[in-house]
Amino acid sequence: MNLFGDALAWITDGAHWGGPGGIDHRVVQHLLVTFAAVALAAVLALPLGILIGHTGRGRLVVVALAGAVRAVPTLGLLTLLGLALGIGIQAPLIALVALAFPSLLAGAYAGIEAADRGAVDAARAVGMSEWQLVTRVEIPLGADVILGGIRAATLQVVATATLAAYISDTGLGRYLFSGLKSRQYDQMLAGALLVAALALVLDLTMAALQRASRPTTRKVPS
Amino acid sequence: MSWLDANRDYVLDMLLQHVRLSVPAIVISVLVAVVLGRVAWRWPRAGTVVLGSASLLYSVPALPLLIVIPVLLGIPLRSGLTLVVALAVYGTALLAGTAADAFGSVDARVREAAEAMGYSRAGLLWKVDLPLAVPVLLSGIRVVTVSTVSLVTIGALVGIPSLGNLLTDGFQRDIRAEIVTGVLGTMLLAVTLDALLVALGRVVTPWRAATPAGGAS
Repeated sequence: MNLFGDALAWITDGAHWGGPGGIDHRVVQHLLVTFAAVALAAVLALPLGILIGHTGRGRLVVVALAGAVRAVPTLGLLTLLGLALGIGIQAPLIALVALAFPSLLAGAYAGIEAADRGAVDAARAVGMSEWQLVTRVEIPLGADVILGGIRAATLQVVATATLAAYISDTGLGRYLFSGLKSRQYDQMLAGALLVAALALVLDLTMAALQRASRPTTRKVPS
Repeated sequence: MSWLDANRDYVLDMLLQHVRLSVPAIVISVLVAVVLGRVAWRWPRAGTVVLGSASLLYSVPALPLLIVIPVLLGIPLRSGLTLVVALAVYGTALLAGTAADAFGSVDARVREAAEAMGYSRAGLLWKVDLPLAVPVLLSGIRVVTVSTVSLVTIGALVGIPSLGNLLTDGFQRDIRAEIVTGVLGTMLLAVTLDALLVALGRVVTPWRAATPAGGAS
């Protein structure tokens, strides 16, 4: 337990705050990388997932592909990209986008598919175009599941962004790796606790957002 | 291929280490998650707490977990036990909810019929609930298996040997073939274990082959 005390002392030490290597700076960096990766992946995965959910086509191919991507160890993708692109933020960013992709895609098509078919048919019957169907009926009805996918992807990315520090001087993972190298357990543990706390806070925030997006009306039994 | 030819023993050794770390972690996850899932299904109020803490645990990133666990348990950082415990915690957190769903998926009428036929409570669990929960449970175990095999690689970052060593070593020495071997080896192991699980699932649920797909819900 003494080590936890040391780690907390390390975190609260004013010398480790402010400046380019400071905790505040690294937390912001970590969050920026996370949001950038999730946003980039969302731009690619959400429209594709919505299209698959709406048309019902290509589902099997995409499910199989997403499963295969999940089996790829992120560290392997990261190191391969690192060799190809050199030290810097590009390699981790691409690896994190690939990591976020399957969860976002699965959330998007599952959300659209979960939209009440009766409501969709009714909307079609009153003369809505396909575009209106998607944007005004299927997306609002599937929002909960789609947001669930975004939440899962964000959690995976914020956790794995720690690995970015293995090949670039980015984010909170840096404390972990430099602590490991120099055998400074307090710094290493401090880094671990900071990442865990950040992931927890982010996940709870996303959960609250997800809850807030739910319609307040009660479900009518069918 | 030439890199693999020259390093066959090293790769096989790392593969063996990988199996030694991932299989116990998966087995422990399944055992603990089934017990927790059963508790959560049986006592829903306690279940909310159990499943809530499981999902909270799951949000703790894996690499930090590898560093916190040795401190909590007083075991060496580079010990394989650290990784097994971390991945078992992770797998359990991932699987507990699915296990509860699996027990929930068992048809209540089947359970009532078994009770009426005079099954004891233990008999009900072992001969009715567990076998009928297998299909849903198996889908969760397959996810945990693939994710565990893939996560074992990060042990290499703290010095626990596995196929992950091929990734870090290949990166440091700029040998692309070594990283590719590590990635493909990890995926191959995941696919193999997954196929074994599917086969095992067929063996323990022979009645499913007789009914059309999904008919036995």
